[in-house]
Amino acid sequence: MKKNVLLKSALATATLTLITGNAHAEEEQDKSAPASTEQAIGDWKFDAAFLFYSESDSRVSAIEPVFNANKRLDEEEYLNLKLTVDSLTGASPSGAVASDQPLTFTRPSGNASYTVNANEYPLDDTFKDTRAALAANWTFPVSDMTKAGLGANISKEYDYLSASINGNISYDFNNRNSTLFAGISYAFDSIDPVGGAPIALARMQPVGDPQNKLSGSQDKDTLDLLLGITQVIDRESLFQINYSYSMSDGYHNDPYKVLSVLDDQGNYFDDGIPVANVLFESRPDERTKHGLFGRYKRYIDGDILDVSYRYMTDDWEIDSHTVDLKYRFALDNGDYWQPHVRYYTQTQADFYQPYLRQDQPLPQFASADYRLAEYDAITVGLEYGMKTAAGNQWRFSLEMYNQTPTEPEKYGALQQQTLLPDWNAVMLRVNYSF
Amino acid sequence: MKHKSLLLVVTLGFSLLSGCSTMGVNAWEKDLLAKPEMALDEQPLTDALDDHIYFSKEASSGGRAYAGGGCGCN
Repeated sequence: MKKNVLLKSALATATLTLITGNAHAEEEQDKSAPASTEQAIGDWKFDAAFLFYSESDSRVSAIEPVFNANKRLDEEEYLNLKLTVDSLTGASPSGAVASDQPLTFTRPSGNASYTVNANEYPLDDTFKDTRAALAANWTFPVSDMTKAGLGANISKEYDYLSASINGNISYDFNNRNSTLFAGISYAFDSIDPVGGAPIALARMQPVGDPQNKLSGSQDKDTLDLLLGITQVIDRESLFQINYSYSMSDGYHNDPYKVLSVLDDQGNYFDDGIPVANVLFESRPDERTKHGLFGRYKRYIDGDILDVSYRYMTDDWEIDSHTVDLKYRFALDNGDYWQPHVRYYTQTQADFYQPYLRQDQPLPQFASADYRLAEYDAITVGLEYGMKTAAGNQWRFSLEMYNQTPTEPEKYGALQQQTLLPDWNAVMLRVNYSF
Repeated sequence: MKHKSLLLVVTLGFSLLSGCSTMGVNAWEKDLLAKPEMALDEQPLTDALDDHIYFSKEASSGGRAYAGGGCGCN
């Protein structure tokens, strides 16, 4: 009987959300067994989460509340609705290098300027935005062994609109020990940068002068494919392997990122224009990514080991490896502690350049965005989970993220500056399921 | 490089499918795997929040789920 209750409650949580795109092992079901924790047909189940995110050195801070509602429409049919709000403030590295002289930059709007002190890492503090995103997904059975899902997402912030649709199908076989999953997602993004989209590799101009910006919005299309298999190994363990493909076409620039133009001494090249000599970045208008993801989950006498590895490669020549490890220690009262470690490393994009030199020809593509550089990152966290008497679940988590870039080659006056400083972030998360 | 990765994926795919048929348990032996905390999508909101953070701060995204996007994240 206890087994049946567990099976039923597992089925209740087996909402194959398109967001996660996960296939998972199916369970046999005893339809006659009532279970108090089960989400009955017609019932709603709610999840709320709140994230506080804060980077070191007054960089980005964000608060992100999420609310999720899931309705069980039929035996194996679910509707899922999710609202996310994301509110950010702070400063973001502009891509310019520090100098032993103060540097003046024009704000993206073209209507004002800001000055970065000598020997200070240039951050653009214009950054402030609120994003709202809505996702709807419907999961339904196609046959005894086949399930399908359809979904739509829309996300809007001040300078960015994204809309996407997705669909997937999963098929159980081998006595429901194996599940094959295939998913497809198409996204359309429209980018409307503050002050207009900069002309690639054009020079930043002073306030009052024509700004080298294009009018109108820029577009990007993204097609994602996901193929996966989930396999039960034995009574305690299962694994999942995914292959992912992503192709995007259109505007890939970050309209707020620039590159410094330096002379042969490693100082900003003085061309007489009274703002720092920086050019707007230029990225290719296509990107194709391949990914391989493997995950292993094991039940160990009440505890749970959850480990995954991901390899990604793309035609910008960025290769990355991610290892993620969670171990859930079960406590006698049903609560748990879950330490988490994540390690990430990536190579730089082939067009990544920390700066440009006046005495060298201009490349076709160049970006000094720190996210396209070579670096390692580590996340360390701890989560505590507890259930209330009514069976509702609280989870509290605190995580620290540290990014350590490889310092690029420097020369002349540049040697006194750090081009890519380490940085940290703190993430505090609270989840409540009811 | 691309062809190599593709070949690797195809080879892995086939060996997995053939290997899968020898693994697994009977329906009545799925009590532990059926626990909610053993589901692979046990924490969808946490996964989505994490994906969003790493999408904004790192060059790679996706793998476990769709690569995502939909923001001009800084």
